[in-house]
Amino acid sequence: MTFIEATTNRQAGFGGAEENSGPARRSDFAARAPRGAKANTETLPVRILLVLIALGFLTLFIVIPLVAVFLQAFSKGWTAYFSALTDPDAISAIRLTIIVAACSVAVNLFFGLIAAWTITKYRFPGKTLLITLIDLPFSISPVVSGLVFVLLFGLQGFFGHWLQDNDIKILFAFPAILLATIFVTFPFVARELIPLMQEQGTTEEEAALSLGASGLTTFLKVTLPNIKWGLLYGILLCNARAMGEFGAVSVVSGHIRGETNTMPLHIEILYNEYQLTAAFAVASLLALLAIVTLVLKAALERKLERKR
Amino acid sequence: MPPLSKTLRFREPSVIPGFGLTFGLTVTWLSVIVLIPLAAMILYASRLGFDQFIAILTAQRTLNALKLSFGIAFAAAIFNVIFGLIVAWALTRYEFPGRRIADAIVDIPFALPTAVAGIALATLYSPQGWIGQFLAPLGIQVTFTPLGILVALIFVGIPFVVRTVQPVLKDLDPELELAAASLGASRWQVIRKVIAPTLLPAILTGFALAFARAVGEYGSVIFIAGNLPNISEIAPLLIVIRLEEFRYADATAIAVIMLFVAFIMLLIINRLQRWTEARS
Repeated sequence: MTFIEATTNRQAGFGGAEENSGPARRSDFAARAPRGAKANTETLPVRILLVLIALGFLTLFIVIPLVAVFLQAFSKGWTAYFSALTDPDAISAIRLTIIVAACSVAVNLFFGLIAAWTITKYRFPGKTLLITLIDLPFSISPVVSGLVFVLLFGLQGFFGHWLQDNDIKILFAFPAILLATIFVTFPFVARELIPLMQEQGTTEEEAALSLGASGLTTFLKVTLPNIKWGLLYGILLCNARAMGEFGAVSVVSGHIRGETNTMPLHIEILYNEYQLTAAFAVASLLALLAIVTLVLKAALERKLERKR
Repeated sequence: MPPLSKTLRFREPSVIPGFGLTFGLTVTWLSVIVLIPLAAMILYASRLGFDQFIAILTAQRTLNALKLSFGIAFAAAIFNVIFGLIVAWALTRYEFPGRRIADAIVDIPFALPTAVAGIALATLYSPQGWIGQFLAPLGIQVTFTPLGILVALIFVGIPFVVRTVQPVLKDLDPELELAAASLGASRWQVIRKVIAPTLLPAILTGFALAFARAVGEYGSVIFIAGNLPNISEIAPLLIVIRLEEFRYADATAIAVIMLFVAFIMLLIINRLQRWTEARS
């Protein structure tokens, strides 16, 4: 069952940060060490001080803003909350967000799998460059990610006139919103899978192939079961980012109410119109999505830990 | 000796089929979604001509926006290194009530959409807000000032240092510390001479990740910043403003500089990550 161990080691952490559950046991030892060896840890007042600073920092910068979202959302009661969410523009924004996220997750799932397979199952020159290029959307400003599509499809852009002559609408419409979202979420699935599949190597696939399985069967029956949790994790992250993307979508959407507004853009409009309660009501849905994503992540990690 | 055509093949031989198909699909899709759009932007910028390009970038408003974005991103990353280290240290070294929850919420800034964080921070730090009302009597105004941008950029950068330092800290062999202590080193000497050198690559990686993210950040900043030109207007926002004014050339020139920095940061981060792996 080596692959499960490998999976656990690679599960934790967003965006490439990994936690090793193996050495965690050793750090338990370190935490308990003060009882035996005084020199191996800080004095009690220092320990308490450091914990208080850490908790204070997390409370000030993360807990309070998160709590504020929900309190503001319910500040005028349930009725105001639900009327903000059932407003036709809000519903249309929620629907567009879900459709865009579903499409980009599906597309990135497919190509993320293929990219991870290419990178981890074969040896070829230029692999590092390929990984770097796949990572590129991570470090590009979301605004720049949107701008590139304006330059391609806008009226002053490369295909602008051709698109206008042929009456094809891409910018300030659904296609550009989808493209920008796929762009910013491009690395998520591949990034989660590459370290996982690298650790598993190719021996199991080679064994299956030498026993006569076809390439596709090998992938479906050997590779896929090995990576299913990593895959699920990648999907979770990809979805959270797709639903919450603001900068890139804001540049290409055109902000047409009831048509090209996603949830984050709808929040911006409501906020700028001083409809604070409504803005926070819609925001609370996205905050809830973030919390659910993290809870699922923790559950996934615990499940894998117990399997060990 | 095998024929030349066999020795000069692109990839090393493998029994796993499908290289051509999967490699082709990966490169094609990467090109369509990422590379061609980025290349188009660089092509667009190259048509501007060198003088115009420099003129745009050295305009006072652009310079101020770039200075603000890079300066505050740097300050926020420093802040995140200091507090990220303390958080990572407390989470891995000490047992305290709520440790698991504290560990889980470190990831919130990754998962919370930037617009949500933006309006929450702007409301909290406004002079009437929960936090702002205590700062206002002290003469500290956060919203609509660079300080507000700093708050937002600290928020988005929190997880990076914590999540890069944490695994290295967990891997650190406690026996090294015990050995140093038994040889007479004080706790402070152990931290400086044993722990700090091991953590350094991870700290730098975390710093670079937080900085790269903060430089390009848009959604969480614009609500709290107030966006006053030359004072609290960040570079990504100036790109959006230029686009709305249909000054595509201006927007593109700034964007190319930011893309260039992003690429450099990515290369530095890759190097640092390899160093981190080599150390641990």
